[in-house]
Amino acid sequence: MSSAKSTVPFKGTPEQEAQLLQVIEEKKNDKGALMPILQKAQDIYGYLPIEVQKIISDNTGIPLEKIYGVVTFYAQFSLYPKGEYTISVCLGTACYVKGSGDIYEKLQEKLGIAGGECTPDGKFSLEACRCIGACGLAPVLTVNEDVFGRLTVDDVDSILAKYA
Amino acid sequence: MKTLEELKVVRESMEGEVALRTHGNASSKYERHVLVCGGTGCTSSGSPKIITKLEEELAANGLTDKVQIVKTGCFGLCERGPIMIVYPEGSFYSRVDVEEVPRIVKEHLVDGNPVKEFLYEETVDGDDIKSLDDTAFYKKQHRVALRNCGVINPENIDEYIGRQGYEALGKVLTTMTPEDVIQTILDSGLRGRGGGGFPTGMKWKLARNIVPDADMKYVCCNADEGDPGAFMDRSVLEGDPHVVLEAMSIAGYAIGAKQGYIYVRAEYPIAVERLNIAIKQAREAGMLGKNIFGTDFSFDIDLRLGAGAFVCGEETALMTSIEGNRGEPRPRPPFPAEKGLFQKPTILNNVETYANIPQIILNGAEWFASMGTEKSKGTKVFALGGKIKNTGLVEIPMGTTLREVIEEIGGGIPNGKKFKAAQTGGPSGGCIPAEHFDIPIDYDNLISIGSMMGSGGLIVMDEDNCMVDIAKFFLEFTVDESCGKCTPCRIGTKRMHEILDRITKGKGTLEDLDKLEELAYHIKSNSLCGLGQTAPNPVLSTLRCFRDEYVAHVVDKKCPAGVCKDLLSFVINTSKCVGCGLCAKNCPVNAISQMSEVPEGKKRAPYVIDTSKCVKCGACMDNCRPKAISKV
Repeated sequence: MSSAKSTVPFKGTPEQEAQLLQVIEEKKNDKGALMPILQKAQDIYGYLPIEVQKIISDNTGIPLEKIYGVVTFYAQFSLYPKGEYTISVCLGTACYVKGSGDIYEKLQEKLGIAGGECTPDGKFSLEACRCIGACGLAPVLTVNEDVFGRLTVDDVDSILAKYA
Repeated sequence: MKTLEELKVVRESMEGEVALRTHGNASSKYERHVLVCGGTGCTSSGSPKIITKLEEELAANGLTDKVQIVKTGCFGLCERGPIMIVYPEGSFYSRVDVEEVPRIVKEHLVDGNPVKEFLYEETVDGDDIKSLDDTAFYKKQHRVALRNCGVINPENIDEYIGRQGYEALGKVLTTMTPEDVIQTILDSGLRGRGGGGFPTGMKWKLARNIVPDADMKYVCCNADEGDPGAFMDRSVLEGDPHVVLEAMSIAGYAIGAKQGYIYVRAEYPIAVERLNIAIKQAREAGMLGKNIFGTDFSFDIDLRLGAGAFVCGEETALMTSIEGNRGEPRPRPPFPAEKGLFQKPTILNNVETYANIPQIILNGAEWFASMGTEKSKGTKVFALGGKIKNTGLVEIPMGTTLREVIEEIGGGIPNGKKFKAAQTGGPSGGCIPAEHFDIPIDYDNLISIGSMMGSGGLIVMDEDNCMVDIAKFFLEFTVDESCGKCTPCRIGTKRMHEILDRITKGKGTLEDLDKLEELAYHIKSNSLCGLGQTAPNPVLSTLRCFRDEYVAHVVDKKCPAGVCKDLLSFVINTSKCVGCGLCAKNCPVNAISQMSEVPEGKKRAPYVIDTSKCVKCGACMDNCRPKAISKV
């Protein structure tokens, strides 16, 4: 799902690294610790660039290629940084039959990016998600933590305007 | 707590509080309880703001000691959220607006008169207020798995205990052998609610006996609810997390396991938070940990978060994922009962399956088996969504007909549209057309009509939905989510998707329909796991029930429902057109031009669309004020 290109150089801070090392220390002896470590690492850095994967590999002894394999398998892990605002359009069945596909298309058109990408100014990233469970509000999209429901294509402009 | 007696003391102290919310006639420390839904649906539509406002207003009116605010799980009628219920009256306020809260507090909580104009219309009958159980949405429901959802505060273990919580675990540990427990579950006829329908007791029996000298066994809970449009499991976890912990402990005792894992979607932040709280409280209360109820049984549970991979709902893939790997399935046999998580005997049940267990232990196998049909016992929770008036969560006895669910409970199709099909089983299931409206819903009947129970998503579609487009939608999903391990699924689903894409673009042939069927046969019979084995189902079932729609796309190059863009053309009704030119201005490809002649009685000449240039973006239609443009 995440096909976004990024040219942003890695800007991890020593504080972030210290935090990550602490997480690794706490968890590395648990069975199946890799996923929880990656989830925490993504919380710390916002994404999982190769530099972060290397830190995890060096400190857990898990081969880098295995870590990369896991990171690229799961939709939630991102190799690239995300925009300031992440717009997620629900493409679950209940939203889809009520027209969320059209809303997703409209957003791609308005933002000039494809799903999974980030606008060049780093403001918005756009993604499709599978059912956030607010089917009573279908069709639904979220912008970071904000939820917008019972949408039509015409609502797209006013939602984007709120974050401009 | 170390004994059943201690548990009973807590229960008795809480009983009045929770009973007030089920039959109103109970002794509570408070005059009134105001229940506000804190499930995902209502939270999204603003229930946290309502709770804050309520707290302010109660304080301003000096009611803080008299009225208790309870943040509960889902009430079910998500369509009408945010929902607030006031007990002992049982007044059901729907689509509550923050602005309405001060009046509700003043008139209802201070003066004792429910504010009728804010109540759910169906409960207001002239001067009377009807009970919720008499409304069409709730009347035919029977809550077993959801019995505590919307009744208790899920973040308070004492409220769960007040509803007989952890008594089943106490009963099992102090009076039953593991064999008794397994026999009870077998006798109840409970089958897996995740979709497969495998008898739960059988699973437990295998895991208990197949490797007699295993040093470690595991109990897992599948809370990776991946079917898009299904939210039953999430609602149970959000509304009643302890029931899952209790049931997993019972399962642990039955099979001889000490450790449990709940694999839950990270996309369910509220469920994850409440599970964490519940696990912490259960450990503090001695319901998880060492020597539970003073016996030599010890059991603990950890959470593992999924990371957005649908295939991880498949049992072997889920276990591979908990182990910290790419979530790819492995061949069976060996089955998890023999070699599961970390190569040890493991059982995996779904959230809703677990939610039934404590009730079966307390009320007996006969009680559970008295509900439902011959081969499908008990109830089933469905997430009702799509083109239906009452979107929400419903729990019905097995054997209820689709007609009752859609027309009575669901309130029918909105906007006077015609029902076309109901989709069950998500990307693994199929569509049920109107002709099967009166078939009693159970595992075997749904399979016999070419669909399946699935985990419980039930999406209703009307005449505006194109069935070819829906089949393509599900295939797109499986193509995206196929893990890539086995060839039939990885490549086969992609080829099917390409054919469907061709058909929706008007480039399909009749041979394509045969090719779809042939591909489907090979993918179903050769894929490694359930994802691939069921991926062709949405195509097969729509081909069977709605072949005429496929033929219309292929032969007539038309989409009867008006969904597939490439088969539509936009036309301007010249008699309605006012000649404003907004359409032409907004057309990105200059396909619209003004006619040269001004017709009689018109100020300006109307516009026309050159269909050879049109890219069918719809911008003209969106901008036409007199609504003179239509799709044909």
